Amino acid sequence: MIVSSAVASAAISASSDVLVGLAIAIPVLIVGVGAGVGLRLRGRGVKGPVPPGEVVSDAPTDVELERSAEATRTATPDAETTAPPASVEAAERAEPVEEAATLEPATYRGRLGKARGLLAGYLGSVRSKGKIDSTTWDDLEEALIRADVGVGATDALLNELRGRVKSNEIVGPEALVDALKSDLVSMLSTADAALAMPGSLAAGDDNDADDDARPVAVWLFVGVNGVGKTTTVGKVANRMSAAGTKVLLAAGDTFRAAAGEQLSLWASRADADIVRGSEGGDPSSVVFDAVQRAATKGHAVVLADTAGRLHNKINLIEELKKIRRVADRPPGRVVEVLLVLDATTGQNGLAQAKVFLDAVDVSGVVLTKLDGTAKGGIVVAIQRELGLPVKLVGLGEGVEDLVDFDPDAFVDALF
Amino acid sequence: MFESLTDRFEGILTRLRSRGRLTEADIDEVLREIRTALLEADVEIGVVRNFTQAVRERCIGLELSQNLSPGQQVIKIVNDELVAILGGETLKISYAGRPPTVILLAGLQGSGKTTASAKLARWFKQQGRNPLLVGADLQRPAAVDQLRVLGQQAGITVFSEPSDPVAVATAGLEEAKRLGRDVLIVDTAGRLAIDEALMDEIRHIAGAVNPHYTFLVIDAMTGQDAVATAAAFHEALSLDGVILTKLDGDARGGAALSVKEVVGRPIAFASTGEKLDDFDQFHPDRMADRILGMGDVLSLIEQAERTMDRDVATKGAAAIIEGRFTLEDFLEQLQQVKKMGSMSGMLSLLPGVPKDVKQASSAIDDRQIGQVEAIIRSMTPGERVNPAVIDGARRVRIANGSGTATSDVNALLKQFKEMQKMMKGMGKGGMSGALGGMFGRGPKMSPQAIAEMAELSETGAGGGELPAFAGTGAGAGALGAGPTASPGAGMGGGRRSSKGKGKGGKKGKGGGRVTPKSR
Repeated sequence: MIVSSAVASAAISASSDVLVGLAIAIPVLIVGVGAGVGLRLRGRGVKGPVPPGEVVSDAPTDVELERSAEATRTATPDAETTAPPASVEAAERAEPVEEAATLEPATYRGRLGKARGLLAGYLGSVRSKGKIDSTTWDDLEEALIRADVGVGATDALLNELRGRVKSNEIVGPEALVDALKSDLVSMLSTADAALAMPGSLAAGDDNDADDDARPVAVWLFVGVNGVGKTTTVGKVANRMSAAGTKVLLAAGDTFRAAAGEQLSLWASRADADIVRGSEGGDPSSVVFDAVQRAATKGHAVVLADTAGRLHNKINLIEELKKIRRVADRPPGRVVEVLLVLDATTGQNGLAQAKVFLDAVDVSGVVLTKLDGTAKGGIVVAIQRELGLPVKLVGLGEGVEDLVDFDPDAFVDALF
Repeated sequence: MFESLTDRFEGILTRLRSRGRLTEADIDEVLREIRTALLEADVEIGVVRNFTQAVRERCIGLELSQNLSPGQQVIKIVNDELVAILGGETLKISYAGRPPTVILLAGLQGSGKTTASAKLARWFKQQGRNPLLVGADLQRPAAVDQLRVLGQQAGITVFSEPSDPVAVATAGLEEAKRLGRDVLIVDTAGRLAIDEALMDEIRHIAGAVNPHYTFLVIDAMTGQDAVATAAAFHEALSLDGVILTKLDGDARGGAALSVKEVVGRPIAFASTGEKLDDFDQFHPDRMADRILGMGDVLSLIEQAERTMDRDVATKGAAAIIEGRFTLEDFLEQLQQVKKMGSMSGMLSLLPGVPKDVKQASSAIDDRQIGQVEAIIRSMTPGERVNPAVIDGARRVRIANGSGTATSDVNALLKQFKEMQKMMKGMGKGGMSGALGGMFGRGPKMSPQAIAEMAELSETGAGGGELPAFAGTGAGAGALGAGPTASPGAGMGGGRRSSKGKGKGGKKGKGGGRVTPKSR
């Protein structure tokens, strides 16, 4: 309610129609928003968190009816009513796809090698020096900052090393660089980066009876816009299919135009089945359908794509929570929630990870686009502050370009 | 948008502001803080170094001014340097003498090229142009489908064919000539700057269509790598500008500063939301204000001008002046406001909105506004004109009719009543008085701070002719006049208006310049 005076006085001094209109608009806006906030907060207070057992065919909540007005109009939140457009498309043989021909299978070091060298200069000059001086520390700091490790994590790492240099535990720049690298590696290896692959599920914490009741393992892929979620789902599908697992893809990105088509193409490349909903439809119902379908048709795993969402859009995060709840109901069981993160992302990546972890209990990070010049150092801060491990790494657009995370290779590539 | 950076600066600068003198140690402390803030905002480390160096040099040689405190002077220097990096001018598109004006978009995967293409086409359409979109991203599965859907939503024809990108672009150019389109926008596949084959390809595309403008699309969340990428694309394509996307996230957007500094090309457009209309030209000078804690009122006015219906606005104004603003009018105006874009996007443009309000508003969507609409629509015409008749039973009926709770209806009626009172004040005694009183209820920035900033702008910060400053100054005048924290303050507009107006008149000279010059 406190913002209008600037606009109002501007309007007074330049009394054009539009400005007068705007001067009215602002209070209207603010009252409107105020009322909206009131409604919204009240709504949440009454309802509270929806228990996992909640039916999918809830009356539309405010959450699922947001985004564009057109989208909401066509949305039919009832799972049953969205079922007709959803279809299991037989996986046709992929039309000849050009990508595989030119790309040799991705190896972590091979791919990263291309992008290396940018930072070698800093560490090269550090190593070549006879002793550790203030420029040594500056160079190390610059190298870490340039890799997007961030000020906080960089300071923490270097301060700890400073102590060890002071106490003569580390002598000489060579040893300092090695110590830094091994610190980084151990920092990146603390959390369990193993994936809940089908077959290894029985070894999980859940008891067997529960496993029997919930045979469909669901992997959920979440993240902000444009990080490569759909592509990652395609690659994971390919990997599982190749290992002989029956995979079903759920095209849970019903918002972005043609995201479903994109995933369909990946499904045919990976020889996997897919469940799609209508564009602008309710993503939870697509995931629900997919889990049901998987249970009847005997797919071991459902890979659920979701629409990109900025983590500061509260309602979209609420929508994601609902998707997770729905996916986690028998016969489904969410075994992986993977946060897809673009290696070019800077310090904002930490904020993203915090929100998504909090909202949907992320189990690991997929770091994509690591075949470029970006280093993806933000994952150091993410692991350090949130304990979230990197599980997979994307190294290109080819169907094979997804590999397990290797902390040693990653740290080597950082410098 | 840039909020965290703004917050950070505000914290540091408030401390500075309160000190009378500036020692060298002060300067160092401030610079350290500024350095950390910029690095956390993803400004490239080299750019940060130059920035702090420049500020330092100017601070040390600082001649104490009589008009400004040392703290204010540092603020001015920081502001000047920010403006210097971001660039002064908004990019002016000059259209080709022989149409079409060709625009090529390039960038990394996932930066938002396809969405930006459609938004840009729509922007040109709103400028009265007749654009054609060309989908030359044949790499990503279904990218052309995505562009077609977006084109349909924006009412723009999309051309593409399954051949190769260079051929598509060439054919697209022919098609544009054939159809008599005056703007051609070519969307291309995402590519890494180090992928030589693909960089070659886009060079060929550029060679084939000979673009008048080549824009690099960059994600506002990009980290230190933004500079390397921008430099590589610039070398290959000779960029004319940058389109900054996903500015509606909470990323601090330091990449904008870095890219401008390193490539020397302006940020031409910025994308601030998922809707096709959440897109506009980037105003560098205003962005510097925003970094320093001032909102972007000018953008808001332009947005309003583009979307609002003059008749409806005039009608609403008349209703206010005559003191008969009803729920019916409210509904009408609400729809006007809705046309201007997302609520949270608009709030973020306003100065002095507390962070928690902004955060809360990001939860708001047209969906919630829809609820407000539903409540009003569930009222009879009589009730809308005279809400006083709405008793308990009617409230229950309205709540049932609109699918809300009676408490929601109550809340809306209460808020509307307050707004009505406020508007009566506006009608009687000038808006600044009434709104100033309203402002007085819980200002985040102190009146003094705002007045200081306004003064600063008059003494020449950033070219000094920023009307937003002047406007804010006027508002602050009114604000100073209103007693603080009295709930009734806003309604006494009539009484206080003379003072508010007087101040506004004095400082608000610049307000006259608000008249958009970009048209």
